[in-house]
This record gives sequence, C-alpha cells and structure tokens, in this order.
Amino acid sequence: MAMKENGHKNGYRVIGTRPIRPDGVDKVTGRAVFGADLHLPGLLYGKVLRSPHAHARILSIDTSAAEALPGVKAVITAADLPQVADKVKSLGESVGNLRYMSENTLAREKALYHGHPIAAVAAENIHVAEEAVNLIEVEYEPLPVVLDGREAMQPGAPILIQGLRTDELGKLGSEPTNVAAHIQHKRGDVEAGFAEADVIIEREFRTETVHQGYIEPQNGVALWNDDGHIHIWCSTQGAFAVRSQISDLLRAPISQVTVTPLEIGGAFGGKINVYLEPLAALLSRKAGHRPVKMTMTRAEVLKASGPTSGSWIRVRMGAKKDGRITAAQAELVYEAGGFPGSPVGAGAGVILAPYRLDNLQIDGYDVLVNRPKASAYRAPGGTNAAYAAEAVADELAEALGMDPIDFRLINAVKEGDRRADGPMLPRIGYIETLQAIKNHPHYRQPLEGPHRGRGVAVGFWFNWGGKSSVSASVNEDGTVNLVEGSTDIGGSRASIAMQLAETLGIAAEDVHPQVVGTDLVGYNDVTGGSRTTYGTGYAVHALGVKLNEIMRELAADLWDVDVEEVRVEGGVFSAGDRSITFKELVAQGSDTPITASAATHPKDAGPAFAVHCVDVEVDPETGKVTILRYTAAQDVGTAIHPSYVEGQIQGAVAQGVGWGLNEEYIYDEEGHLLNASLLDYRMPTAPDLPMIDAVLVEEAPTPGHPFGVRGVGEVSIIPPPAALANAIHRATGVRMTALPMSPSRVMKAMIEH
Amino acid sequence: MSTKTIVHTTINGDPVEFLCEPRQSLLEVLRETLLLTGTKEGCNNGNCGACNVIMDGVLVNSCLVLGVEAEDATITTIEGLASPDGLHPLQQTFLEHAALQCGICTPGFLLSAKALLDRNPDPTETEVRYWLAGNLCRCTGYDKIVRAVLDAADRRDRVTR
Repeated sequence: MAMKENGHKNGYRVIGTRPIRPDGVDKVTGRAVFGADLHLPGLLYGKVLRSPHAHARILSIDTSAAEALPGVKAVITAADLPQVADKVKSLGESVGNLRYMSENTLAREKALYHGHPIAAVAAENIHVAEEAVNLIEVEYEPLPVVLDGREAMQPGAPILIQGLRTDELGKLGSEPTNVAAHIQHKRGDVEAGFAEADVIIEREFRTETVHQGYIEPQNGVALWNDDGHIHIWCSTQGAFAVRSQISDLLRAPISQVTVTPLEIGGAFGGKINVYLEPLAALLSRKAGHRPVKMTMTRAEVLKASGPTSGSWIRVRMGAKKDGRITAAQAELVYEAGGFPGSPVGAGAGVILAPYRLDNLQIDGYDVLVNRPKASAYRAPGGTNAAYAAEAVADELAEALGMDPIDFRLINAVKEGDRRADGPMLPRIGYIETLQAIKNHPHYRQPLEGPHRGRGVAVGFWFNWGGKSSVSASVNEDGTVNLVEGSTDIGGSRASIAMQLAETLGIAAEDVHPQVVGTDLVGYNDVTGGSRTTYGTGYAVHALGVKLNEIMRELAADLWDVDVEEVRVEGGVFSAGDRSITFKELVAQGSDTPITASAATHPKDAGPAFAVHCVDVEVDPETGKVTILRYTAAQDVGTAIHPSYVEGQIQGAVAQGVGWGLNEEYIYDEEGHLLNASLLDYRMPTAPDLPMIDAVLVEEAPTPGHPFGVRGVGEVSIIPPPAALANAIHRATGVRMTALPMSPSRVMKAMIEH
Repeated sequence: MSTKTIVHTTINGDPVEFLCEPRQSLLEVLRETLLLTGTKEGCNNGNCGACNVIMDGVLVNSCLVLGVEAEDATITTIEGLASPDGLHPLQQTFLEHAALQCGICTPGFLLSAKALLDRNPDPTETEVRYWLAGNLCRCTGYDKIVRAVLDAADRRDRVTR
C-alpha cells in the first residue's frame, strides 16, 4: 500500500491524504469508552428473560420469586411498557410500525421467536440479575411454528399476527396472513421481451438468515431521573434515532430524553433499533431512579437482535445473441421475522439495477416467520438479490459465449437511465468501474490449475444523503474544534474533519472533531446508508464556508478594506497585494469569538457501483472453497481518506464472503436457534481470507457534493456471494443456487452433478 | 456464592490485589472491579479474542480464566502496552495502516500480535494470519491488520539490527 501524502489529483491539499485518525490513540490504548465501559455511581445491572419457544401464547407471568431475591431492585414485564398505537416510524434505514416495535421490545400476548423478550430484572450485580431471571415463572401455550418464507405464505400456515393484512400494491387485503406486503415494479412488456430473446435463463435461489456480526454486543445504560428526565448512554448508529424511539415507546416528551452516544463497536445497520435501552429506562424508574446497565450476551445478540432476512428468489432473464438483455423478471420473498419490515423493498430496487431494461417486472413479498425481526444489514436486501441476478447474468453470458464483463458493459446503465424503482440515474462511474476490472492485472492474467475458477459480479446501492448538523469554534491558535452528531463507526471523524480542513485550508490535524449527544448538537440522521462522509461532509463544507465569511470580515477590518475585496482560497485571505493565512488572521485577534454552525439536508446522494473479481480453488475431496485472490473495484466518487475507503471495501468483501461461504442461522424444527455462538455462527477469520485488493475508481465525482463524495460503506457487500458462486461454477461445473456455499453443500452438489 | 477471595497479582507492572467471587472471570474482574475497561467483551466464551490479555507470558482469553486463577500471576492488558516513552510499535503501525475501524477488537488484536512477535519476531503473512485466527474482526477484512503486524515486525527487526 502506497502512502499517498501529496494530496489529491484534483488539487486538494487534505483530501486524498492518509492522516492518523483523531480518535486513534484512544482506540489503541484501551482508553476509548465504548457503551459497555461506562460506570456510574449506584449502577445496577439488568438482564432479560427470553422466550424459550419460537411461537407461543403467554398465559401468565409470575415475578414474585424474582422480586423476593435479595439484591433484586426491579422486575418489569410488558405490563410496565406503555401501550402504543399503530404509527409508521422512519428510522432512516428502516421503517417500522411503532406498535410492533413495542411488542418486539417486550412480548405482550405472544412470543414470536426464540429469544423474544418476556421480562427484565435489575439487580445489584449481573449474577443476581441472572439468578432472578431464572426465578420468573412463565406459563406458555406453544403454537405451531413456521420458519420458511414461502411456507408462511401458504394457506393454512400458522398465523403470527392475527390482525395483519397484506398491503397488496397499496391496497389492504381482507384475510389474516403472514404476507405483510406485496410490492411491484413494472416496465414495458416482459413477455414480448422474452419472445425476442435468443436465450432465456431462469433459476431459483435460497439464502439463509445472516447476522451483522459486530464484535460489540448491544448495550445501554439508562437513568430515569427523579425529575422525569431520561438519560441514555449507549452504542448506537444514531443518538437522535434512539431519542425518538425512547420518546415514542415510553411516551416521554422528546425534551425529557437525552441520549449520549459512546464509542460503538461495529453496527452495520444493526444498531439503529433499540432493544435494551427502553428496558433499562423502565427498570431505572422502578428501581428508585438508579442507573441501570444492560448488555446482551453473544447468544442474545444472535437470537434476538435484528439479523437480515433469509430469502427465496426467482430470476428470469433473456438476451439476444448480441448480448443485449430483452427482458428480465424477478420474484423475491424475504423473511421479515416476527414482525413486518424485511428489506425486500431495497432488494427489489437493487436486483436488476445494473442493467438497462426496457421490459422488466419485479415482485417482492415481505413475509412473517418465527425468526427475530430483521433489521438493516449493510446494503439491506441487496446481497441476496444480487446473488440471484448476478448468477443468472453469468449463466446468460456463458450461454452466449461472452466475457462476463463485456456482457455487463453491453447492458450497463448510465447517466439518464431510469432505475426499475423510478428515479433517473445521475452521473455514475459504473462503466469506469467495469473497465477498472477488465483492465486490472488480476483479470488480464488467466487463472490456471485444476479445480480453480474465476468469477465476477457487480452490485448497485442507492446511498443516502440525510440530515446533519455541525458546529465549530476557532481556538486562539488557529485550530478548530468541530462538534458533530454522527456516530463514528469506521473513521468518519477523520473524513469529516478532513473536509472541514480542506474548506478552511488548514491541516487535518488542526481540526479536532468530537461526537456529542442529543443535547449538544442539532439533529443528525443515523450513521447508515453510506451517508456520513457524504452528508455530514456536506454539512462541514457549509460550516467552513460560513467560517470563511467571518474570517473575510476580520481581514477586511484588519486591512480597512471593503469585505467584498477580500478573497479566500486554500486558507489564504487576500486583498490587492496583501495576504494572510487562516492561522495568522486568527492570531491577529477578534473582538468576538469565532464560531459557526450549519445544518444541511442534501436530497440526493450519488448511487454506488462495485465490480468484483475472485479466484477460488475448490477442494474436490471436501468441497471447501479457498479464495486465492480477490479484487474489488468500486465507484467511490472522491476518496477523502483512501485508507478508510479501502477499509470499507475490504470489510464489506469479508462480510460478503462470510455470507457466501459459511454464515447461516440454523434452526431445529421447533424454531430453536442451534448455532447462537461465534464458534458455530462461522464468520471469516484472518486465515480464511487473502489480502483484498480495493481499487478506488474516482472517475465520477458525485454531482452536487462540494468534494464529489460518494457513499462507500455498503455496496461492496453485494457482489461477493454471486462472484464466488460464479467462480465455483467455473472451478467445478456446478451452479450453487443456495447460500451459504459451505463445504458440505458444495460437496453434495459436486456429487450430484 | 458471596464468599470472596483476595487475589494478589501484578497488572501492567503494578502490584494489584482484588476481591472476587469464585464465579467471576478475570475479564469481569478487570472490567467491573478494576475498571480496566480497555479489555473488551465480545462473546464471553473464548470465540472472539476481544478480551485477550497476556498472563505469565501466555496469551489468554480473559473470559475463560477465573479471577481466582490469577493468584500470583503477572498480567499485561492493553492499558500496559504503551511505555512512558510512547506507543508500542504495534500501536503505531495499527494507526498508520488504518488497521482499525470501530476499534472494539483492537485491544485483543494488539495483545495477540504482541504475543506473536515476542515469540516469532519475523513471521510470514501466513503465520500472522493463523496466529490471529482466534481474534475476530468484522470491520476490516483483516487486510490492514495483517499489514500492520508485518510492518511492526519489520520495524523491530530494523531496530535490533
């Protein structure tokens, strides 16, 4: 890795360099305070009682023995949680019904999955809390279980929520069902399109439930003070999203809720919804207003936080001999878990997005099953969708005798094309990203050897802009304190501070960013949707422009000239033949302190594309897939801190590889999760992966963003399973149509082939 | 269960005595009793390595060691990795290579990598990867972590020559 320190080809001085992140030292010395690290005087420890059944009616709960245990300070059940009405609630990356969110926090009448919270305890220490939880007596009436989305759609399937009716293309159905929604995108005439095709490929795919796998379990400390004010400290992607959920779920005025985000140990979409925080708050109030800390065990994280949907997908694509796709059709069934809200909408938007299509139809179904309620996971819904579509595209290219990259180039969307879900594409760098792989030494060098194969696949992701608020004050020495509200999960303090430094023409190290809570900064949307470096970067640019205006006035005063005469460029203020740097100007002194704030909401974010190429070797005796080489090219707009952009791509690839090769939720027939540990839920380890070559394609800066930033966090999780499947096909002749492509499954497929 | 034992240890060079129940893990004692919260809990059953510390020269998962087992032990935690002169070379290369994103697994990786370099000052990439197999990172894909460890080995190599 070359340490590029000379700045960006576009003349930037800070953007494109690789400074050490502002929070780095705290994180390599153990000094950084993560959610579970907080200690407060009088702290109590909370623990959740969870349903041992995947589907059961709750007949009675007796908490008396738990309450009587010495050291226990409070016990709560759903009776302590306010009843809330139906209300659609948007949390940025996901939309949910408030009533369902409440019932997912604590089950009222029924437990809908193994691990559904039933009650909670606060005690003097965690061991007493655990003992107390085991003393709570719950009488259940077990009910029939349905775990598979397509089975849950059948007539006669066990119904999870009696009152649920299908939202059928916007109209509400009349019968009880597990199908929460049917969505559709349609264009042209698919049957006419297929009639034109020389080759048609149709395949069905199955993917399993997978988890984000962040290393830090969910956690939270709550203090419901004697004056009614609720203070939450936790690891979250968005303090304001937590504040809003706490306010709604506990029916507390928003002005009575303060949320302080502590350092967060990974999230990937899974730390937007609250799980423990409302319970800790209720326990705090009931325990005489003492602070209560709650953390999930790893088994609880896997059983009862929000993984992403397993799915069944059918894709049909037809093309002419020249490679042009004439029609494409997709049907997606996504398992939402116990409550509505799978990412099938996004999956439906992603599945055919890289292709120019005159004739298409996409149908998506959001289906309830007795699994934990799905939540966002990096490019939610995209990876399953692309797994299916990219395998079919690969097979089409093969049937036509075409190079898979050329096939995609022929059909590639570009600026001005309309996406399946409606919006027109702005300037994108997709074709350039395809070319980056086509011209890469990896792709140009033939792969040799037995049992080896190369696969490629592409991915599209929407990206998001969102709302951001920031403020800054200039110190006497010309450094700047930056206050932001965007949780830093992967180095965004650095990328945000660098954009302010670039705007002000000062060094990255001269901006000191701090992430603060809901009382100390204006509203910020969650760190999610690949939005933070884009959206909060947009905000700090506006902030820097305001600071520069103040500085121009200072210079005008200093030189006794009209402010209009003062120009600023790259941190140097000038008028006529006089000039002064930002720092020198600050040193001249100012009558009033130099501060500013900015709030922005860019409506559009440039969508992202990734093109991946992978070489594998399949062990013919075990079915184990070894990755020999991996190259991931991505349309990144402008890379602010290239190391962290590469890191996003490499991390996304690793998650996609895990999804593709090993990770899955394994349930028994009664719906008990059998592999709720990190030994049995098998995420990639260091020896499972090679170096991952991240190719940053900076040919298409995003229009409308001051530095052309394009969100980079998500899209590279989309292609890996498909690229691996395509590589396995070339290595073995077998088309793997189910994830994960674990050794036993690959072996079975090879034997049957 | 409430009978507590007094345990005598040396932690990061200082003599430390603590009281603990037989059921408390060393991890719990470090985090909850001694407030050394740099040692992280990711799984509490030895699968993730976030709680790695070095005990009497051996890399251990502190979640799998009972507090009472630490009697007379010498323990290095992340809080003891840097010296008054500055960061440990691994801490420095982790920063320079951007080998952390969220940072929750970082203390465990650093202790694990230190234990590797202490016994094998010049490891190959494969040796690094297999040594670190007990440490899970979900953010980085390990690429930059492996580079940071190899770079730290190189730098130490240069210093000793």
